[in-house]
Amino acid sequence: MVAPGALRVVRCGGSAVRGARAVYLLCASGDFVKVYSVSTEETLRLIGGHADLVTGIQLNPHNHMQLYSSSLDGTIKLWDFMDGILIKTFTVGSQLLALYTLAAAEDLVFVVIPKKGERDTFQLVSVQLTKGAGQNLEGKELSVVLDGVGASVKHIAFGREGTYVVSVKDVNLQVYFFKQRVLNRFSLSTVKTKGDNRFSCVMCHPTEDCIATGHADGKIRLWRNFHLRKEYTYSTLHWHHDTVMDLAFSMEGTRLLSGGVESVLVQWHNESSCQKDFLPRLGSPIEYISMSSDGALCCTLHTDNRITIINSNLRFSRSIQGLIRSRDVKTGLVVDPRTKALVLNGEPGHLQFYSLQSDQQLFSLDIVQRQYIHQAGLKQSDLVKVAFSAQGTWLATVEESEEVTDPELQLKLWFYSEETQSFTLNTRVNSPHDNHITDMCFRDVNELGDHSLILVTAGRDCVFKVWVMVEDTDPEVHQSVSWSCDFVGSYHNYQATNCCFSEDGSLLAVSFEETVTVWDSRTWDLKCTFCHPPGNIRNICFGRLTCSKYLIGATDYGFLCCWNLLTCALEWNAHLNVVVLQPDPLSEHIVAVSWLSKESSLFVFKPNMPRPIYIQRNLCKEKILLAAFVPRDEPEVISSEKYLWLRKSQLFFLTDTQELLTLSTKSLEERLTPSSKQLAVEESVPVTPFSLLLGKHRHQQAQEDVNLGKPVVHNKQEQASPAVKELLHTPAHVLPSASFLCTIFINSLLISKENKSAEEVADEVEMESEKAEDDSDEEDVTAMEQEDTSHMELLGEMPCKVSKSQEKELRKLRKVDYSWIAAL
Amino acid sequence: MATYKPVVVQACPKLGEKITQDTLYWRGYKTPVQIKEFGAINKIDFSPVPPYNYAVTASSRVHIYGRYSQEPIKAFSRFRDAAYCATYRDDGCLLTAGSEDGSVCLFDTSGKAPLRQFEGHTKAVHLAGFLSDKYRIFSGGDDYSSNVWDIPSGGKIISYSEHTDYVRCGCASKVNADVFITGSYDHTVKLFDARTKSSVMTIEHGHPVESVLLFPSGGLLVSAGGRYVKVWDVLKGGQLLVSLKNHHKTVTCLCLNSSGQRLLSGSLDRHVKIYSTTSYKVVHSFSYATSILSLALSPEDETIVVGMTNGVLNVKHRKPEEKNESSQKKRQPAYRTYVKGRTYMPKQEDFCVSKPVKRVLRKYDKLLRGFQSSKALDAVLEPPIMLHTPEVTVAVMQELYRRGTLRSALAGRDEKQVNLLLTFVARRVIEPRFTPVLVTVADMITDIYQPVVGQSAIVDRQFLKLQQAIGKEIDYQEELLEVLGMMDTLFATFTKKRDKCLEENKSNGVTGIIETNMNY
Repeated sequence: MVAPGALRVVRCGGSAVRGARAVYLLCASGDFVKVYSVSTEETLRLIGGHADLVTGIQLNPHNHMQLYSSSLDGTIKLWDFMDGILIKTFTVGSQLLALYTLAAAEDLVFVVIPKKGERDTFQLVSVQLTKGAGQNLEGKELSVVLDGVGASVKHIAFGREGTYVVSVKDVNLQVYFFKQRVLNRFSLSTVKTKGDNRFSCVMCHPTEDCIATGHADGKIRLWRNFHLRKEYTYSTLHWHHDTVMDLAFSMEGTRLLSGGVESVLVQWHNESSCQKDFLPRLGSPIEYISMSSDGALCCTLHTDNRITIINSNLRFSRSIQGLIRSRDVKTGLVVDPRTKALVLNGEPGHLQFYSLQSDQQLFSLDIVQRQYIHQAGLKQSDLVKVAFSAQGTWLATVEESEEVTDPELQLKLWFYSEETQSFTLNTRVNSPHDNHITDMCFRDVNELGDHSLILVTAGRDCVFKVWVMVEDTDPEVHQSVSWSCDFVGSYHNYQATNCCFSEDGSLLAVSFEETVTVWDSRTWDLKCTFCHPPGNIRNICFGRLTCSKYLIGATDYGFLCCWNLLTCALEWNAHLNVVVLQPDPLSEHIVAVSWLSKESSLFVFKPNMPRPIYIQRNLCKEKILLAAFVPRDEPEVISSEKYLWLRKSQLFFLTDTQELLTLSTKSLEERLTPSSKQLAVEESVPVTPFSLLLGKHRHQQAQEDVNLGKPVVHNKQEQASPAVKELLHTPAHVLPSASFLCTIFINSLLISKENKSAEEVADEVEMESEKAEDDSDEEDVTAMEQEDTSHMELLGEMPCKVSKSQEKELRKLRKVDYSWIAAL
Repeated sequence: MATYKPVVVQACPKLGEKITQDTLYWRGYKTPVQIKEFGAINKIDFSPVPPYNYAVTASSRVHIYGRYSQEPIKAFSRFRDAAYCATYRDDGCLLTAGSEDGSVCLFDTSGKAPLRQFEGHTKAVHLAGFLSDKYRIFSGGDDYSSNVWDIPSGGKIISYSEHTDYVRCGCASKVNADVFITGSYDHTVKLFDARTKSSVMTIEHGHPVESVLLFPSGGLLVSAGGRYVKVWDVLKGGQLLVSLKNHHKTVTCLCLNSSGQRLLSGSLDRHVKIYSTTSYKVVHSFSYATSILSLALSPEDETIVVGMTNGVLNVKHRKPEEKNESSQKKRQPAYRTYVKGRTYMPKQEDFCVSKPVKRVLRKYDKLLRGFQSSKALDAVLEPPIMLHTPEVTVAVMQELYRRGTLRSALAGRDEKQVNLLLTFVARRVIEPRFTPVLVTVADMITDIYQPVVGQSAIVDRQFLKLQQAIGKEIDYQEELLEVLGMMDTLFATFTKKRDKCLEENKSNGVTGIIETNMNY
């Protein structure tokens, strides 16, 4: 079945990073904990098991191969992170917001939980981890240590050898001494200083009685003598101009690292303000700083979903980069035809090429080429539009500054040079339009080659412009190509909003507010206009392949229209508040994502048929802003007819909360197998006689399956093989007893029966198709919103509720001729 | 990890001609030497042997100039009437010239009196030259005939009268001793073989032929007449290869450079154009004071000599290239150390340590990196940068504006600096590429220094200048808009006339918009 939220959420909230022996880097990422190799930057393992956001991870102070993790789902789990094996689960009961461990306190961990009965009040409690035999244990023995603490991991720190704990909140600092059971409170006066001197983070010196606190005004205070209530002292270090986001002490405590919005890592020597080193331009604001346990490496976690590993001598070593979260994805989701990577806004002024297969950034292309200054209130210029030519040899980008009156537009054209394997700037056009550019597209005709390449930009200054390549052909001088404006078109002084080329490149559709105009791309004559008042055109696209005679448009007032280009007439229309309209480049299918009262729905249709092929209601709660089809390397085998449209390309969405979602027919485990598990196992296979023997055996088995012609069984076999692999390559000391493993092992080698009869499967398919058709029927009737919602409810519970009588009714409904509606 | 990105200076593409290898080569001549002759100069011919003297035919004299001499080193003046087409023999010993009275004279370059006089033409002889076997002379005259003469005997070998108009130009083949061509005012070029009784080939040029030229290989023929220069393939039986129309008056003379890679043509429109013989495109052109009648290039392209209709001889010598040699000598050892080990290929077991490349930052970039806005602005307000590369100054101002520190950088300056700033702004604010930035700068300056206006006469004067400059620009823009309006009406009427192509709006910018507006 489709897992609608089968998503790979790339989140970077609530993470703590700890290195173990500077070989592995652990990072909490969404619901998972990721294990990276420090030397290769590779994701070695993805530890998943929590049902909600992982909020804290700590190494077991008594066993460095074990890891504690806490999550919002109220559990603390103990892992063997080398092999990804869950050892124990402790259920605490309430949301866990942060996790701390102490070397001194055995079987005791500290967590931050919300105080019962009060909102936004949190308390630090210690949890006694019982030594039970089973895997699932209760961790109910809670004792409150501190009240009124901050919710963030950074607001609490444990002092030298765990003798005291420090917590900061707003302008208050409290220190609790475990042995003496004394609580000291200090507060900063808000009156004296003009700036915002609230605490932002706290850290304790590893060997001395010293507390370092970071403040919102950029100061760092070093507190001493805090066991005395009156005679405490503090000194101030000040370099940051904005909030100090995190602090970290080196192992010996001689160096203090601090970072903030400036994206500069500052190293203070001996707690004096005169001796400091900087590591500037780390790319984006620093969120967390973490030292490895041997002090050789330090890593910083950035707001843009990146981990930077830094040497102890403050030299940049390497970085691990996921999908960058930019403030606003203005460029849309674009697929690079060359690498099949997803291209969108990255760092400010950069374009990121994100490989979906490897969940890695391929490279970041600097488009704006200006020094980015992290300062509030500055008018930054950023990338707003991106377009690739069909082969990916040309890239067009538009950048504009945030100013409303004078956007400082720049159109840049980049050429992919094979030698350097990157894009080089070819042409820069200053202010190509007088106002913001709304859309841009290349005419990409494969057959005609690069010479027919045309770029069209539509602007809010009521014109669209056609840019062509101009070749400077002198045989003695080396050939150079540049771009220049060839044609300027307008229509009644309306703002141009969208532009789109037909598949063969002969027609250009440009929408001007309420009207779609169609132009001949050879002579630039206006051929015809389409209009569906009221409401401006929001999206337009041409049909592809067999449906190339259709033009699809979506309007502001919730209409989806399909015009026939041969008859110049409206073919059909439907009432649908379309937010995203995205054609699949490899098939006729077009995806429309609608936004109706707090939920997004997905509709897949062919332009020649008004009935949708596939409907997915309630796709997600967030508003989907962008969608893109990414071509698959090889067509996927999809058994269900319903999902055939996903065969050639995969659909990705970006929501307004900056989450990247995809639709998949596989379950989570299946998808994870190739990426995470195989990597480590395959590489570390030691060649033993046993493994050779087993390899041979497995090979034979596979062959037999093929001979028998039982693809289903074959599938099963493959699924089992990782289990066997894991069994064989798990270190012996963590394996359960052999008697326990025996059955699993034997089971994995057995050929299981088909669990579904063919009849059943067929029945199911029929049901589903029926359902789809019903949906489409309803959809045609330009349904009102109310109807829509009621239907949605029905759809949600359909598979379980449909009784025989209802089914009959549905069949009847299906037989009723609705063609008269289409005629309307 | 990102490094500091320097300020992007918006380079403006330079309009006008591009600097190519050719422009550099042909520009490498000194300022010309002008020598006054007695009449229009109809022929210049270089001696093929060193010291490359050249013979200049003007009026009734043939003058021979040395390479660097301003005065003629020798003169042949024993012509009764105008002399034409003094040409050297291949060995530089003999010289032949035609004359208005119909005789062809043969001179020894060391003597004075003619060695031979060939009589036979009834009218003026405008063409005389040696065949490449050195013992025969060919000539062409206004009596439509062309003759071949024997030097030892002084007699006529053969006479052709196939042209139907004056024969004015010709050329002998260097490959075959019997072949020569003549061009005539009857629009044809004829190729003769002295062994046959009649012409071998006739090429129709289409205009009175003023000059012909054979390539050293003998395969290609160039003819000039009217405004056209045409290149013909002789071996393909006189097929037209290319027709060049780059002059706007009659082309009078042709010449090849020493390597045969460039073709030069001189015209009455006062220009000499240089073509590449591979692409036949103009790669360079010279302009002269008056109409050009004759043109010659010395071996190795050392000297260009051009003769004008008003009798002025224009001589250009190539600049010596000694400077480069001396500087190369100095640098040589340093260069050797520089490339030391460059070609070393690392072996497999070698551990490569790459040397970090030191980036050189400009002064203003260094200051901007350190967020020293005021000093960065000072750095770009220094006269050399401000005068020669105003785009750098403007780029830094823009960067400061982007960082929000422009106001503080502009503030707190003394009279001299404000004067400097205002001078810059007043001069550059009207340049379209700087206007958006400099308008904000001017705004800020007036804002900041408003309270102190009237305290300094110099600054006040600069403010007035700025005001004037802006006022003038506004007037100018208004006028331009008026012109644009006039053009709009013109274009509008133009579109109406074309009844069929209502929606035809393939044109640039302005008209496109107007036309579409017209349609609806």
